[in-house]
Amino acid sequence: MTTARTVLTIAALTLREATRRRVLVALSVLTVALIALSGWGFSRLAAESGGSALTSGEARLTASIVLNLVMFGFSLIAALGTAFLAGPTVSGETESGIALAVLARPIRRSAYLLGKWLGLAVFGSGFVVLAGLAQCLVVRATTDYWPPEPVTALALLAAQTTVLLTLAVLLSTAISPMASGVVAVGLFCTTWVAGVVGGVGEGLGNEAVARVGAVSRVLLPTDGLWQGAMHAFQDPSVFATFGGSDVEAFPFLSSSPLTVAYLAWAALWVAMVWGLAATSFVRKDL
Amino acid sequence: MSVAERPTAVDAARQAAADAVACLPPAPAVWCSGLRKRYGRQQAVEDVSFEVGRGEIVGLLGPNGAGKTSVIKMLLGLVHADGGEVMLLGRPGVDPSARARVGYLPELFRYQPWLSPTEVLSLHVRLSGIGVTAAEQRDSLALVGLADRAHDRLGGFSKGMQQRLGLAVALVAGPELVVLDEPTSALDPLGRADVRDIVLSLKERGVAVLLNSHLIGEVERVCDRVVILDRGEVAASGTLAELLGQRELHLQLSDVSPEAEARLAATGTVDRTGETAGLFTLSLPVDDDGTAVPDLVRDLAALGVRVHAVEPARITLEERLLGILRDGAAARSGDAR
Repeated sequence: MTTARTVLTIAALTLREATRRRVLVALSVLTVALIALSGWGFSRLAAESGGSALTSGEARLTASIVLNLVMFGFSLIAALGTAFLAGPTVSGETESGIALAVLARPIRRSAYLLGKWLGLAVFGSGFVVLAGLAQCLVVRATTDYWPPEPVTALALLAAQTTVLLTLAVLLSTAISPMASGVVAVGLFCTTWVAGVVGGVGEGLGNEAVARVGAVSRVLLPTDGLWQGAMHAFQDPSVFATFGGSDVEAFPFLSSSPLTVAYLAWAALWVAMVWGLAATSFVRKDL
Repeated sequence: MSVAERPTAVDAARQAAADAVACLPPAPAVWCSGLRKRYGRQQAVEDVSFEVGRGEIVGLLGPNGAGKTSVIKMLLGLVHADGGEVMLLGRPGVDPSARARVGYLPELFRYQPWLSPTEVLSLHVRLSGIGVTAAEQRDSLALVGLADRAHDRLGGFSKGMQQRLGLAVALVAGPELVVLDEPTSALDPLGRADVRDIVLSLKERGVAVLLNSHLIGEVERVCDRVVILDRGEVAASGTLAELLGQRELHLQLSDVSPEAEARLAATGTVDRTGETAGLFTLSLPVDDDGTAVPDLVRDLAALGVRVHAVEPARITLEERLLGILRDGAAARSGDAR
């Protein structure tokens, strides 16, 4: 059996698991609720600006911030979803014995793990891209705002989800299913808070505090990719309205696009962490 | 040698080599040597070596914690051995493709609860990379009695039904070696009889079986050879006849003429401690192919002997196993002193 076929078979199985275990249904319900709520909020916003309570610039700024806020909600749902899926599907299967019969087949363990990872990545990325796109369409319908770089923004959201699930896969090869989900989501939130703290530091001109964000973005690239996604979602005129450093201090606005070097680092980070996960999984006694 | 002759000579040599290889008997289904495994401070398996020939049924016996499941998992690459070598169907065990024709029912049998039996089988067929038609997959399910539940989700299955599915998974991809780890632990007596029939039918088809079971009677009925593990080491191994030694025959006879006595002595050693009651105990030869007893009875009857009872007496595998394990324990306590 070729490795590629094993990977695709296991990836398809993982996607089927997500569907059959009602993860897809739960996510869809949450997403529809969030989109409906934000749709109502954006329509109220449009009504306010139509009544000239807000200038058109203020309305666009508000739309950018609220859009980023809702997108953060989606990325959090995707992060929680994939992190808590990765635990049961990798370490849960080895603990329960489901993996025994599968791994006794003529397949490499690394191919099995790659299949699991691929299935989760497709599921998580697919979710954020579809939900994010639906949200952008709702915003356009209600306030006539369209993000400057929607494709980049959605791709970065997908990348953020992939980074977190790669970490969750690594953790699930080493610790129990529940612990791996908790630790992955905990680290995700910690990095986000560190990013906000770093932003405040930059806003205040305090280099030591600003470094907290920079270091955390290197250690776990979720927040860095999230900052890039926000930048691609928000209206460029935000910077004309505010000064650059003020934007940094606000958690749902981002002042600068991502550099190619940072994207390369994020890709390398995913490859390294996946390599560690594979090494740990291949050595494991089942 | 001319230039024109040289290729012919090379071809002939090559053909001879190919013929020689083709004449070799097929590699054993399982060959392992010097397997070792330590978990922390516990030496689980120590220098285990054995072989399962093609089409042979070998039973793995031993008390709890003897290392049986660890050995099986090392054979299948699920547990990494600290030392030793494994060959499956002639290929090194470290190569996953060695397991292409291996079926496995784990002791801890669990299958994806969100799939149906049909989907589990088709998953395993895909992963094995061997072409098995949908009809053959249905036959595997029918063989283990799950044909009418083929499309139900496994989530609602009892343990016994999951174990039956596990057996179908082990058999579905045309295996040449089937490894069954406690295959009847969750089955009712009817299910156990089914498993016995399935194992015997595998033997008829030339499929090798490595069977780990606590049910000694089951092992005694189906296995050609037995490997007994104790504290991670091979305590004894051999065919049932070798392990159980000579068989005995208790006979109750009257009107025994000297010719008849000579006929008895020709079959084996006669013990006449119960002479007054006409009781004879006869030790049968180890290489008896099953004809010694009927031939003897026929000849005794022809010689005018009245045959009241013929009772085969044999030490059971259970008695032998307990004896081996107790000897081992006694030897260890002797060493300790």
